[in-house]
Amino acid sequence: MGNLTFIEFDGTEHTVDLEEGKSLLQIAVDNGVPGVDGDCGGEGACGTCHVIVDENWMDKTGDISSEEEQMLDMTPEREATSRLCCQVKASEDLNGIRMRMPEFQM
Amino acid sequence: MSKTCIIIGASHAAAQLIASLRQEGWEDDILTIGDEPHLPYHRPPLSKAYLAGDKSAEELAIRPASFYEKQSVGFYQGRVTRINPDGKSVSLEDGQELAYDKLAICTGARVRKIQLPGSDLSGIHYLRDMSDVQGIKRDMGAGKSAVIIGGGYIGLETAASLREQGMNVVVLEMAERILQRVTPPELSEFYTRVHTEHGVSIQTSVSVSRFKGNGHVEKVICDDGQTFDADLVVVGIGVLPNVELAQEAGIEVDNGIVIDESCNTSAPDIVAVGDCTNHFDKTYDCRLRLESVPNANEQAKVAAATLCGKKKIYHSLPWFWSDQYDLKLQIAGLSTNFTHIVIRGDKDTGHSFAAFYFKDDNLIAADCVNRPQEFMLMKKILGAGQSIKAEYLADEGKSVKELMQLAG
Repeated sequence: MGNLTFIEFDGTEHTVDLEEGKSLLQIAVDNGVPGVDGDCGGEGACGTCHVIVDENWMDKTGDISSEEEQMLDMTPEREATSRLCCQVKASEDLNGIRMRMPEFQM
Repeated sequence: MSKTCIIIGASHAAAQLIASLRQEGWEDDILTIGDEPHLPYHRPPLSKAYLAGDKSAEELAIRPASFYEKQSVGFYQGRVTRINPDGKSVSLEDGQELAYDKLAICTGARVRKIQLPGSDLSGIHYLRDMSDVQGIKRDMGAGKSAVIIGGGYIGLETAASLREQGMNVVVLEMAERILQRVTPPELSEFYTRVHTEHGVSIQTSVSVSRFKGNGHVEKVICDDGQTFDADLVVVGIGVLPNVELAQEAGIEVDNGIVIDESCNTSAPDIVAVGDCTNHFDKTYDCRLRLESVPNANEQAKVAAATLCGKKKIYHSLPWFWSDQYDLKLQIAGLSTNFTHIVIRGDKDTGHSFAAFYFKDDNLIAADCVNRPQEFMLMKKILGAGQSIKAEYLADEGKSVKELMQLAG
């Protein structure tokens, strides 16, 4: 166990329990965190769960697949530490991770 | 006194509506009535990850039980038999009558059934609910034969999944090509090629006349006399919107429950959301009944605002996706009535291309196969009411990002 924090574009913070093995999107949805839509249910098909990861945690979020990279590349609010959070699995290493949300999802 | 919002149906539309109602400030009671013994679950993986055993029933849940408990949302397993708009109540099959202040009809769609000699044999399945797939899983097995009736997206996804389980798979399509209702010949040819490469037999212009078997299906027999061995049959010939409750209550129905831009039905305090609805789409200037998860989600967000006395307008680009083998198809917009098509990439030998559809000079839709960037581009420009010249789209020398700059 541990926790992770989603930060809405307006600065509102949501700190929720980290459940190992679930995707970060599922954890956000399970806890009713607004701002990450995940319209496709985490299939990597829609690009609506974009988050910008605090740089201290970026290298612990795992590899970015070519599909994810291509979708992120089309996102105007993309930053160096952008991820689609449906593609990141929660693990102990991510305890304390902080993620900002963009103003708009695609 | 506390108010009650009753939601009829417990699938994607209901799950999003519940979350959005709380976000929009509905603090009173929410009661969801569904006839399946499950909390709302993701349906798209049923024909794919769930069928393949890569995802469990628990993993399909859209949200866990703890979410609904925390949000004090009630679930009741049962069937509504009547909506009484004048008395503002619903009647249940078990005799109960429940009063509502606000009502949301999220009844979705049901599969079209096949009515032929032998169609009640065991081993003949449909694919809509979790229980359907549990039945398919009991009958599937490597080396056994599966016949899929209907070459639409559900049929083809199921064919791909069963083939990957090592089954011998035949797809029977009544029309002269698969996906005829939703795509042009170019896409039908592409999917026929890929399925054939994987060893699935695609048979078109064939009509099933009956099923043979002793208790369990053994053979599928066609009008032209062709006979196919079958240990398992999956029928995917479309769905019908569940509009009867609304219709009997005097609510306007016309190929779906008619809703306005804020998801209101013709009856006061009653909204409708998802596959069961029919709305006017400004982009395509026509009424639409969409069978899709994104449509259910977006309408639910609008309906939640409406139920809370706020005004939101539903205006979302329709989009869809379909996963088969290593192919991720993402569809932006509706290609109906297109006048010409532009292909970007190689659809004849490769597994990655995009087909863009124009109506006269206007770009109206795209089918993107393993082309997430083109899909994102289309979501963005169609959403903004923009277009791009056909010659630019066909030119792979121009990157998708360059195309973005050329939109206008």
